[in-house]
Amino acid sequence: MSLSEAQVRHVARLARLALTDEEIDGLGAQLDDILSYAEKVGQVATVDVAPTSHPYPLANVAHVDEARPSLPREDALANAPRVEGNRFHVPRIVGEEQ
Amino acid sequence: MSAEERDQDLVRLDAAALLRLYDTGEVSTTDVVRAHLDRIHATDERIGAFVRTLDAPALAHAADVDRRRTAGEHVGVLAGVPLGLKDILCTKGVETTCASRMLEGFRPPYDATVVERLRDADAVVLGKTNMDEFAMGSSTENSAFHPTRNPWDLARVPGGSSGGSTAAVASHQAPLAIGTDTGGSVRQPAALCGVVGMKPTYGLVSRYGLIAFASSLDQVGPIARTVPDAALLFSAVAGHDGNDATSIPEDAPDVLPGLDGGVDGLRVGVITEFMTGEGLEPDVRARVSEGVERLAALGAEIVEVSLPHASYGVSAYYLIAPSEASSNLSRYDGVRYGLRVDGPTTEEMMAATRGEGFGPEVKRRIMIGTYALSAGYYDAYYLQAQKVRTLILADLAAAYERCDVLVSPTAPTTAFALGEKVDDPLAMYLNDIYTVPSNLAGTPALSLPAGLDSAGLPVGLQLMAPALHESTLFRVAAALERDLAFDVAPPGLDDAMEVTS
Repeated sequence: MSLSEAQVRHVARLARLALTDEEIDGLGAQLDDILSYAEKVGQVATVDVAPTSHPYPLANVAHVDEARPSLPREDALANAPRVEGNRFHVPRIVGEEQ
Repeated sequence: MSAEERDQDLVRLDAAALLRLYDTGEVSTTDVVRAHLDRIHATDERIGAFVRTLDAPALAHAADVDRRRTAGEHVGVLAGVPLGLKDILCTKGVETTCASRMLEGFRPPYDATVVERLRDADAVVLGKTNMDEFAMGSSTENSAFHPTRNPWDLARVPGGSSGGSTAAVASHQAPLAIGTDTGGSVRQPAALCGVVGMKPTYGLVSRYGLIAFASSLDQVGPIARTVPDAALLFSAVAGHDGNDATSIPEDAPDVLPGLDGGVDGLRVGVITEFMTGEGLEPDVRARVSEGVERLAALGAEIVEVSLPHASYGVSAYYLIAPSEASSNLSRYDGVRYGLRVDGPTTEEMMAATRGEGFGPEVKRRIMIGTYALSAGYYDAYYLQAQKVRTLILADLAAAYERCDVLVSPTAPTTAFALGEKVDDPLAMYLNDIYTVPSNLAGTPALSLPAGLDSAGLPVGLQLMAPALHESTLFRVAAALERDLAFDVAPPGLDDAMEVTS
């Protein structure tokens, strides 16, 4: 298999990564190499094998249901690149072209 | 003895020796912490193990430990032992970067559970250690700030991603360090730097406050110059934590009492596939074989075992880890913390931020993971990789019916040159061939030095054990370590000292 430039650009868009043309070029070949190697999993992963998502089986782990103080708002906002009032500031979203 | 000579002696002591000296009152924690900070400042321009030191808080903590000890008040189990902390663990109010431009200036609003436990133990954090960006790499060359050099040969890499932590311990900047291991990131750099590094059973050490790479694989582990020191540090940080939903809800194994138990009567399995593989350096194989012979001489029974699916481990790992990473790293979006590069729309702002904030390897893994999880490919990649995980678990279960621990090389080669593999990602990934099975299976494993190769570089021997069998793992490692009597004395260290003296 081989990844086309258009496929690399599509994946970069899905990942929200702005890449330069040089990066797109380089990644196409590297992803090919890596994915060809990784595809080896298909040689042994037959339909009768169940997948393992986690090494240690734990299910429905929940906190004790009791009120605890949450992170103070000023602490939560302290690392934000831009803050307006008590909120994270982002560029306009509504009305963006999709 | 001059003050300088005394400092040189203090930095050569392991944690157990320091604790004995503190008990007899022969030295103060302040003297010991100062000696290690001096050592860092004298050598780290060449080693590059730390991304930042915490001199003032370390000395304040040391003074407080001294005061409490003198007053007969409570001190923790690692009271006054200096430690390097990988810059992937959140420290409240102290810059935590994961060696990424993305997190430059990030001051977490809380401490990781591991950091809290280290403070309860009164280990003195000297600084934050360098690493591959977001722990992605096997050489520490992917740090956005600077590479770390191997103390045994400054032209070579220390391994990675916890290369700063292992280089610090090998160069006597700290007797202990904390690393993290997702595919071998504690054990492989420990092997390349000639120190002891251990990955616990998945779920034994809390991941709360550990900046996530691949959540089903990440585990915090101890790094030290001796096995008993590694066991001591493991004991200080392991145990259930309600803040980590994947934390095992029971007590961690008590590994300290059995350390001197020896290997008499234990069955040690040698993994056939890991002693014959292509790319394995002859010197590495020779040192590991000699280690196995020593275990036999000490009374262990040696059996040959096979892990037929282990050769698919790296393939599965490089689908599972990037997939989980692509999801985990979606949080770096320029909104709540870290870098922001402005753009006219939110989506463009996010893409520009991520394009500029992440280095090449992180981008590569996000791309692999995003592709592997994208519509139409999930079944072919991620699901198949998870099936391989099942097969490797079954291989290990079958092997452990015939033996108590497994032995193999930690990495196929000794330390390679800086720059040698940086342009060949696949060659870099194959460093992890012997270490990834333990991450995929969630089982504990440890690397200890087995001697040197013909170029004078350390060789790592890996021991593996079934889940929660840390006591056996440390016991076998301690017995072999006593027998081999490896001296962590890198010659590159003295070169580094000469420059400053």
